[in-house]
Amino acid sequence: MNDKFRTPLKTAIGLGSAKQGLHHFVVQRITAVALLLLVPWFVWTVLRLLHLDAAGAHALVAQPCNAVLLLAFVVAVFWHAQLGLQVVIEDYVHTRGTLFVLQLAVKFLCFLGAAASVLAILKIALGR
Amino acid sequence: MSANARPLSPHIGIYRWQIQMVTSILHRATGIALAAGTILLVVALLSLAAGPQAWDCVATCCRSWFGTIVLIGWTWALAFHWLNGIRHLAQDLGYGFAPAAFVRNGWISTIGSFVLTALVWACVFAQRGGA
Repeated sequence: MNDKFRTPLKTAIGLGSAKQGLHHFVVQRITAVALLLLVPWFVWTVLRLLHLDAAGAHALVAQPCNAVLLLAFVVAVFWHAQLGLQVVIEDYVHTRGTLFVLQLAVKFLCFLGAAASVLAILKIALGR
Repeated sequence: MSANARPLSPHIGIYRWQIQMVTSILHRATGIALAAGTILLVVALLSLAAGPQAWDCVATCCRSWFGTIVLIGWTWALAFHWLNGIRHLAQDLGYGFAPAAFVRNGWISTIGSFVLTALVWACVFAQRGGA
């Protein structure tokens, strides 16, 4: 049986060196697939905004369908960005203190960016 | 540290450049650039929520020559990361690992990103009336 070559420790912990199992990998791919679909819509919407004035742009984003897709887009963007930047920092920063500060800063900034975007979209969609 | 005479792994400078390196490096670089570029997304959304004056100010900045250059760069980064992301997702499913397919798909990502950028900006300049 193959099992006798596997240490009990693997079965007991099973989360690998990341301590979170596959969670990071899976969420990075889920947000990637979401963005694969949302990015063409986003580019098309931005192109539609070009020939509109402020009132027209406001009305376009306020349409429920556009507002919902834009909310999905900004959440997926900032989530995906945080996960990606986390890996880049893990690969190139090896000083414990700097690593800690940078990871925390990236998480905070991505959350602030997402929160500010969501607030702006809700304000536009729900009226002035 | 000074007593450590163990061999080091060869660094990037001694390798012949090949498309696999280019796509890998550019995927990271464009990812970082796009993360920085989200500042523009947040500013645009906040200005649209704030009112016509703030939006007009942002729109004017985007239409300036500097804004145009930044946005063209941002479009290319998005196009590359999007196309190369499709390649990565296909590889996550186990496709495209044979050297010939790997090289071909790398070139599709790279050349395709410029084609997509050109298409998007052709639409922009057509709407602006050649400005």
